[in-house]
Amino acid sequence: MKRDLLRIAAFAFVVAALAALVDSGVWLTFIMMSLYGALLALAWNILGGFGGQFSFGHALFFGCGAYAQAIAQVSLGINPWLALVLAVAVAAAAGVGVGALSFRYGLKGSYFALVTLAFAEVFRILAVSVGFTGGGVGLMVPLRESAGNLQFGSRRGYIGLVLGFAVAALVVTAWLRHSRFGARLQAVRDNEDAARAIGVDPFRTKLGAIVLSAAFTGSAGAFYVQVFQYLDPSIAFGAHVSVEALVGAIVGGMGTLWGPIVGALALHTLAELTRNLFGQMPGINLVIYGVVLVAIVMFVPRGIAGIARRRHD
Amino acid sequence: MTEAVLLSLRNVSIAFGGLQAVRDVSLEVPAGTLSALIGPNGAGKTTLFALMSGFLRPDTGRIIFDGQDITGHAPQRNALTGMVRTFQIVQPFAAQTVRENIAVGAHLREPRRAAALAAADAVAERVGLASQLDKPAADLTVAGRKRLELARALAARPKLLLLDEVLAGLNPQEVAQMLPVVREIASRGVTVLMIEHVMQAVMNLAGQVWVLSQGELIARGSPAEVTADPRVIEAYLGHGTASRLARQAA
Repeated sequence: MKRDLLRIAAFAFVVAALAALVDSGVWLTFIMMSLYGALLALAWNILGGFGGQFSFGHALFFGCGAYAQAIAQVSLGINPWLALVLAVAVAAAAGVGVGALSFRYGLKGSYFALVTLAFAEVFRILAVSVGFTGGGVGLMVPLRESAGNLQFGSRRGYIGLVLGFAVAALVVTAWLRHSRFGARLQAVRDNEDAARAIGVDPFRTKLGAIVLSAAFTGSAGAFYVQVFQYLDPSIAFGAHVSVEALVGAIVGGMGTLWGPIVGALALHTLAELTRNLFGQMPGINLVIYGVVLVAIVMFVPRGIAGIARRRHD
Repeated sequence: MTEAVLLSLRNVSIAFGGLQAVRDVSLEVPAGTLSALIGPNGAGKTTLFALMSGFLRPDTGRIIFDGQDITGHAPQRNALTGMVRTFQIVQPFAAQTVRENIAVGAHLREPRRAAALAAADAVAERVGLASQLDKPAADLTVAGRKRLELARALAARPKLLLLDEVLAGLNPQEVAQMLPVVREIASRGVTVLMIEHVMQAVMNLAGQVWVLSQGELIARGSPAEVTADPRVIEAYLGHGTASRLARQAA
């Protein structure tokens, strides 16, 4: 645990130093978006990588966090820092709801994946039809740059914010590697019946994991709103967030500490390259994600971090 | 002095569709004993274990463990009360090391990670896995996995250990190595009920034997008694065998 924490501290220091030294806006945006992708992947990894519950609908938690953040500011006039707490809580509550329903009835594997996907879609459609989300028009967060208003003039402020969330997610992941809860979660992932036989309650364990996972995904949603100041149903609950979260974790290496960071960095590098090479073809990054995912599953099923570990052994 | 009963089944039955897998089984396992449950393939032994440990809920009948009615309790709850089962088909947490596997069991009574890992080391020593603690569970041999199955259950510090064919698939030498391990567990005060096909082991270890055939208990007694019982012989070798054997011997 101590060694993991030291490495996380070193990582935070290096990223912060890079952000301080780099001056180009393009690179600052790259760092920010890579960290944002890493946060999504880290969050997904808690449930998918350590818990073995593959969600295809993490956009649900992302969207709940994002809408809570936007509505709290725009409609209720709550300070964005407070709204952030609310956003994380709302996403966590969504995690409790989905988790309680699906794990109570023992949904696993592709059934769980389908249910999460369905939940995200239902919420997307609801967000279009109900009034307080702004419907299909979406919600605009008015621009008022100040740290107290959680809007920064420079990318560096946002990098600090998302780095904070990513470090928190890394610390939670490190804790999973060195705690009773994490041991039980991995036991449930590897063999639920064997875990039950030695006293592990799979329902409570998986519920804990989905709440943690949802909370961090919600924080990513809130972050998105602060950065882009606009939200509509397909941004919030669309499939691309779910895909980005799970592909990042799978490409990097599920159930590892650094895999999601490596995966998100690799994907963002790839996305930037293709954007430069293929111009502004919309959706090309999703095509690339698909190809990369197929290649990874075929050739390095344990992800990039998995290769490193194999070399290490 | 009457021995305290640790586990008792009262008229337990379960059917799967039209198949009556366990029919009206009543038995009492006294505390501190090492007993065996035997019977031909398909007799319902593993089903009976699943009923005892809570993986299955009986259609009728009650299960009482340590003075408490536990009918319908989930297996994880029963593990906490002190009844832990192993699986005939070994179920390692394949992605994790032997130490991590055993620690999951130890965590039942030990929230701290370091203490659970230390407990895992101690249990591994007892079952002869000490040299393999850092290996991934997936890399173990069949004999190693059987030991791991046992170690994980043992780490949960059960009062009653249900062993489902821990000797199956082992060669005679490995069986001979495993017998003292099981005996040592029982000698430390853990009540052991084992399903076993290896009769050498049953004769060697068990004080009392129940024989299950087609879901019904057909005999109980010492190993010598049940192996001489004509109904047991017929259950294994077919109807009429006992009398035929008796005629041939005469």
